[in-house]
Amino acid sequence: MSLFLAAVEYGGPWHLPPVNELFEWPAFLFQDTIFAFNRVALLSLLAAVIAAVLFLIAFNKPKIVPGKFQAACEAVVDFIRDQIALQAMGSDGLRFVPLLTTIFLFVWMNNLFEILPFINFPPTSRMAIPAFLTAVVYVLYHFFGVKAQGLGGYLKNTLFPPGAPKALYILLTPIEIIQAFVSRPLTLAVRLFANMLAGHIILTLIFITIHAFLVFGPGLPVGLGALIASPLLVGFELVVGLLQAYIFTILTAVYIGGSLHPEH
Amino acid sequence: MEGDIGSIGAGLVYGLGAIGPGIGLGFLIGKAIEAMARQPEAAGMVRTTMFLGIAFVEALALFGFVLSFIV
Repeated sequence: MSLFLAAVEYGGPWHLPPVNELFEWPAFLFQDTIFAFNRVALLSLLAAVIAAVLFLIAFNKPKIVPGKFQAACEAVVDFIRDQIALQAMGSDGLRFVPLLTTIFLFVWMNNLFEILPFINFPPTSRMAIPAFLTAVVYVLYHFFGVKAQGLGGYLKNTLFPPGAPKALYILLTPIEIIQAFVSRPLTLAVRLFANMLAGHIILTLIFITIHAFLVFGPGLPVGLGALIASPLLVGFELVVGLLQAYIFTILTAVYIGGSLHPEH
Repeated sequence: MEGDIGSIGAGLVYGLGAIGPGIGLGFLIGKAIEAMARQPEAAGMVRTTMFLGIAFVEALALFGFVLSFIV
């Protein structure tokens, strides 16, 4: 992986970090135990606390005519109810709005840390957090499928989707098995992880380019170009963070909604 | 920089792996926009289905991206 950055030539008494250094943080609390606590854990905890406190402040004493802050928080919940839950799951989706709101806010806060000055690190770019969220979603959609259709009915509807010709099941069933048990959770986790990883590497590269070419190297035009491009990239990553949170939430809704009802 | 055929391979893995999903995403989003323009009242349903489709197509590109670190 360090070869990625080795392409950048640099001079002077300046250390170019390998890529692993961007993502691996030493523990600063409870070292060498299973409770080892590093910057990633701190940030993800902070994301949960910020999201919880925002909504506690907004909805602690709800007013009938909402103030600006309450209206903004209501807009988030409205968006998740109308655009995600109702669209993807129908009227069944209403009871999943709290779950979807929690997932959306947690992922979004984690993604926002990518571009927040002085933090500049998205905890979702470590595999642990997308993998954990996906494990929760994985258990949930199988659980609600079994609860709604019974174990036999759920397996039958998932593995042998009704409406296909009998002979097609030879081809269809292995695909459905792989999709339901392997590829859905894998892609759900890897999508969020890879997008955030790529975003973090790209932002680091552009900032290193600015530093290397403006301070140490003779390539002033390259440095100036990177300097002009960097706000655009930060804005792009802002959009990517929101979009990935939205996609993660809508896929959660689609997977749970799909296991609630057998396919037509 | 020392010559290393592996880094070229890693670059190729991602570059080649992104071709197919790129074409696929172009088709998918283009068709979805066409559908939304023809029938604006179905836009919500089309958008949800589009994101679902994007998720499956994009997964291929992401596999390529992750594999380029492993290769």
